[in-house]
Amino acid sequence: MIYDIIIIGGGVIGCCIARTLSKYDLKVCLLEKEADIASGTTKGNSGVVHAGYASSREYIKRNLCIRGNKLYTQAQKELNFPMKRIGSFVVALEDSQIKILNEERKKGIQDDVPGLELILDKKQIKSMEPNLTDEVVGVLHAPTAGIVSPYEMTFALAENAAMNGVKFFRNQKVKKIKHQDYVFNVKTSVGGEFQGRNVINAAGLFARKISKMVGLDYFEINPRKGEYILFDRNALHLNKILFPTPTKVSKGILVCPTVHGNTFLGPNAQNITDKSDISTTTAGLKEILEGGLKLVPNIPVRSSIRNFSGLRAVPNNLDFIIDNTDVYGFINVVGSLSPGLTSCYAIAERVIEFLELLGVELKVKEDYNPIRPKPETFKDFSKEELDKKIIEDPAWAKIICRCETISEREILNAIHAPVGATTVDGVKFRCRPGMGRCQGGFCRPRVMEILSRELNLPFQAITKKGEDTQFLVGKTKDFILERIKGGN
Amino acid sequence: MKQYEIDVAIIGGGSAGLASAVVVKKAGLNPLILERDKELGGILLQCIHVGFGLYEFKEELTGPEFAQRFINEVKELGIAYKLNTMVIEITKNKTIYAVNNEEGLIKIKTKAIILSMGCRERTRGAINIPGFRPAGIYTAGQAQRFVNMEGYLPGKTYVILGSGDIGMIMARRLTWEGCKVQAVVEILPYVSGLLRNQVQCLEDYGIPLITGYTITKIHGRDKIQAVTVSKVDRNFDRVIGSDKFIECDALLLSVGLIPENELTLNAGAELSSNNGPIVDNNLETTIEGIFACGNVLQVHDLVDMVTAEAKRAGEYAVDYIKNRLGKEVSDKEKIKCVPGKNVNYVKPDFINKKDISKDLIFTFRVKEPGRRKLIQFKDNNNKVIYKRKKIHVIPSEMIELKINLEKNNINPACGQIEIEVIDRPEVLIEGE
Repeated sequence: MIYDIIIIGGGVIGCCIARTLSKYDLKVCLLEKEADIASGTTKGNSGVVHAGYASSREYIKRNLCIRGNKLYTQAQKELNFPMKRIGSFVVALEDSQIKILNEERKKGIQDDVPGLELILDKKQIKSMEPNLTDEVVGVLHAPTAGIVSPYEMTFALAENAAMNGVKFFRNQKVKKIKHQDYVFNVKTSVGGEFQGRNVINAAGLFARKISKMVGLDYFEINPRKGEYILFDRNALHLNKILFPTPTKVSKGILVCPTVHGNTFLGPNAQNITDKSDISTTTAGLKEILEGGLKLVPNIPVRSSIRNFSGLRAVPNNLDFIIDNTDVYGFINVVGSLSPGLTSCYAIAERVIEFLELLGVELKVKEDYNPIRPKPETFKDFSKEELDKKIIEDPAWAKIICRCETISEREILNAIHAPVGATTVDGVKFRCRPGMGRCQGGFCRPRVMEILSRELNLPFQAITKKGEDTQFLVGKTKDFILERIKGGN
Repeated sequence: MKQYEIDVAIIGGGSAGLASAVVVKKAGLNPLILERDKELGGILLQCIHVGFGLYEFKEELTGPEFAQRFINEVKELGIAYKLNTMVIEITKNKTIYAVNNEEGLIKIKTKAIILSMGCRERTRGAINIPGFRPAGIYTAGQAQRFVNMEGYLPGKTYVILGSGDIGMIMARRLTWEGCKVQAVVEILPYVSGLLRNQVQCLEDYGIPLITGYTITKIHGRDKIQAVTVSKVDRNFDRVIGSDKFIECDALLLSVGLIPENELTLNAGAELSSNNGPIVDNNLETTIEGIFACGNVLQVHDLVDMVTAEAKRAGEYAVDYIKNRLGKEVSDKEKIKCVPGKNVNYVKPDFINKKDISKDLIFTFRVKEPGRRKLIQFKDNNNKVIYKRKKIHVIPSEMIELKINLEKNNINPACGQIEIEVIDRPEVLIEGE
């Protein structure tokens, strides 16, 4: 079978393109090298839907960001992922910074960023965000900025794409692409072979490697690490996304609520060379804590529940690279550094335009269904609904994760959804068991049990996030018997 | 929605809940235990080592044996319990909403509630260890569950961070399984668990204990491969040049326990600095008729102490229903108990003035270990109303004192007492 389009990379960009294409009468597949989609940059980023004023005019990412922000409204209606337009503050702590905020405001207004407002009344600022430091002298308020769960949105995109016929293949690391007679032959390291007329390279950090496979080597992608500290839900309640006044090099350390009511600090920015280095460092954690405390001095430092880091895929031109390349039918969609998440729907629109130029026939499917229903959660039910739900299905009453109140039904739904969870992390990122303050201390063995039962795998074979990440190495008595047999 | 009316709802069917239920039932009232797991017994069920019951039964039992004695008693007395039942809400007027898979949502009207939800383990996030986030990192209790209840081993070569009791007990347990425990690493200069566990679980098996060190990096992107441990200075900052690289395929964390008080907060009760609810000398929280005991109130050293506290909570709940419920209490004056020098926290947080003629139990922990100390209770005029010598104090050992404040001539007008643990003045040593 020859696909019309093969997408390489199951991050938010790849999945967004997949979902956008699923509207049309096309044969589309997506290849992801990890055990799950949303495993790379998509998983480790701030989850901010930027209003659009933050980057320089000469970049295409600026316009795509502003357009992308608007497209979120419709997308959320259709896909039902968690997102809140809570607005952001860029915070000035010194009078000299007000000038910068004012320039940003003017630029933003010219580019149609809605509602931008410079607030200098300290009382008004504090009433809007009481946690903000008393040192504040002014803020630039962007009411259309929002927070989103980037991985939950990506799962929603993938589910909807799969509902509409896109095929997802995970654990398929592309190792070779042959281009002959207008057909790409994509081979993967596990022996998979996929044929397609067009290839979209959305491989994030590894996009250059993929591009080189068809002989295109005209950009560099370097990893830039950002570290984060996540705090307990009870720790702090922020109303706004808080940015420091930007400098030439960075947007700075933000203090930000998540859609689930946690607070996080981060990210810092370190250029590194190892594309697998998602470790956190003592110095980095200290840096972001100090940065965060400048904006919100009352962060309860001891209520942190996790630290993590993510890698941005930084292209050498510092802008998105969205190209109909010289290799006919091969489209690069790479270098989607911030605001890549905000821009994803606008990026997908542009890809559609390119495909049209390539002569791909875009006929809307008759049975296209843009709606991905909202996953039902125990927490959202009223008492009456809960009573009814449990009588219908007792799995609703079996609470697997105590911290986040996640029932077995939600976990079963995450496993059996289109492009469903196959690993403990897969379950965790889809429906949150293990995301709470005990970080899986209680629920992990129980989630493993459910995965083992539902996927018909031995308990010991259940992994954290795919190959080489098993939780268990053997049964009790195995090693002691080995030693006895070995004679020591 | 099914509805129940009972005298005392007991939330949590572990050691605390079981013991208080027995007391309530024996007093002629009607208790109901609500347990979220599939069986009674709580965390004791995975503690298959011995060392339980020396005070309660004057015998050395395993955790499951200790639990079973109470479970048997619960069954013999015909005490009602619901398993697989998760409490989702406690209202101010002591109505409980819970779910279970047989009845759906249930509503339970109560006269009194005893909170006995226990505690949970602190995690890596809580202590912010840098490095990768690979598979192979477990809390000690989670590893204990895998090994003792599921029959699986999470690794072959271990490093254990923190010298809490569960960590030390797991070090021995895994050694018995033929695994190698490379080291137990403790950031403090002294062990944070019980001395008996240090001797019986580490020293007897030649397991290295490295104090004054902590983990400064975790290696391995997918599965843990090693940790870097480093010496720390007084501010817990890493001492440059002190790094040691230790290979392992599993890291266990035994870095402390936190009372599990989500429901307590949900009910509107206030917590104190130890993360347990604020209670008076009747173990009553800031909400009338809601009592707390066991590790949800304060993390105990021994289950026997949990049992003793839970029995008291049971008695207080009974007393509340029989003597106070629905009656206007005239004397509501309280004395505040606050931790002073070298004291981490004190329970109870308040004493009812009308109870000062009774023998009251105070429990607290020191912040720093030391020898030849003096425990002092002072009133708000700095007058010492009680003192007691103590040869040796250490944070891992809870101090429990039974004191009759009236007999110690407390000024009844006093509004606050402070408890401190100080060096013994020289004169005292010579004078006695």
